[in-house]
Amino acid sequence: MWAFINKLRSPKWFYTLSARLQPWFWAAALILIVTGTIWGLAFAPADYQQGDSFRIIYVHVPAAFLAQSIFVSLAVTGLVFMVWKIKIADMAATVMAPLGAAMTFIALFSGAVWGVPTWGTWWMWDARLTSMLILLFLYLGVIALRGAFASRDSASRAASVLAMVGVINIPIIKYSVDWWYTLHQPATFTITGRAAMPAEMWLPLLIMVLGFYSFFIALTLMRTRSEILRRESNKRWVRELAEEAH
Amino acid sequence: MAASEGALPKEVAVVHEEPRGGLAVAVWATLKRDLVLLLRRRSEVLNPLVFFAIVITLFPIGISPDPALLAAIAPGLLWVAALLAALLSLDSLFRADYDDGSLEQLLLTPQPLALLALAKVAVHWLLTGLPLALMAPVLGIMLALPAGSYLVLAVSLALGSASLSLIGAIGAALTVGLARGGVLLSLLVLPLYIPVLIFGAGAVQAAIFGDGVLAHLAILGALLALALILAPLAIAASLRISING
Repeated sequence: MWAFINKLRSPKWFYTLSARLQPWFWAAALILIVTGTIWGLAFAPADYQQGDSFRIIYVHVPAAFLAQSIFVSLAVTGLVFMVWKIKIADMAATVMAPLGAAMTFIALFSGAVWGVPTWGTWWMWDARLTSMLILLFLYLGVIALRGAFASRDSASRAASVLAMVGVINIPIIKYSVDWWYTLHQPATFTITGRAAMPAEMWLPLLIMVLGFYSFFIALTLMRTRSEILRRESNKRWVRELAEEAH
Repeated sequence: MAASEGALPKEVAVVHEEPRGGLAVAVWATLKRDLVLLLRRRSEVLNPLVFFAIVITLFPIGISPDPALLAAIAPGLLWVAALLAALLSLDSLFRADYDDGSLEQLLLTPQPLALLALAKVAVHWLLTGLPLALMAPVLGIMLALPAGSYLVLAVSLALGSASLSLIGAIGAALTVGLARGGVLLSLLVLPLYIPVLIFGAGAVQAAIFGDGVLAHLAILGALLALALILAPLAIAASLRISING
């Protein structure tokens, strides 16, 4: 355990390890997303009530899953960075935050597009939509705070603290928004058939979720690698690497 | 026995005793210092209250002077306006201390920074949150807030604004080292204010509809208890980051 943590301290070790891992995740992401998309869009049966419009679920749900998981990852990497001063954790957090914000936006946007055929409106103050919107604001806050500091070390630690504060608040926000929604608006629209979804419908969804996660890991590895090169550009091993490439 | 051993045990006794009294003394001194400083700059105490009154004046002008319409939205308006007024005053919470270096002295004291920061936040609540809560019923009359909800409005604001001060102080501590942290502060803090707003405005609405108010106030209290435990730690960590950077 400690040996592993000590190895994580070395950006060079991570750089070589991620080079080996990265192709596997890209391949998994490609296969899973292509399979899931074709299966979900072409072969899965249409919903008996919503017709073909329900197929947005194959983008919407994986993006929403990722949006929440990435914020938790931000807090975890922030904690790791604050406790063990592992720079890799902070580099990963730096590249994950915009990705998480993008996923939250995709979830919101696909939800809005889905809302037109099912609810007849682009936006409703639905509990889930509202909590997702607040999550987007939390992401933007973390990104803005990181950008506001001149010193990178302060920026990293401030963003870590904010991510941890945010992750404690997310369940509180979620439950209070649920509660608020039930108080203000009776649930007139429920997405039918969610519990009783047949296997031909949820299997492609599962594949898409796994595909999105693989894509997230692959992209994070790739972007963390370039972040390592950017931050360690004055180290000898990076310069040697650059000379080899020439 | 006591006579033969001389001065040494006495010194040890002094060393043992000082940290215990030291914490209470330090917290009390911080409280008193901040109170005195803020009371000398009266405009800083009054400005959030004036802001609150002006914003509440804007709504009837912008929406409609119809009392029935205003009464329906008054709980939310009062809560949002009070929340913004409290937010605006947060930027100055650590600013003056940061500029003149006394914040660094606070960090150097042997007493836990979290508790000293808590004392500063308590003063902020005492001179911002509490006056806003006391003033809100008066503005409620102007918004035709239905009778019977005035006490709940004041109590919910007094309870809720304590949580707002605690949560907001985390943002203020994070941005105190930045030259223009004001807008960024609101960006960081406002999403975290939403649960307090929901239950605070909900309490007033419940009082209007004649529902049970205690559940809302209990949840506000629970949020405050949670913030009281966790926020000082985050504030202390954030202050350390801001000072080092």
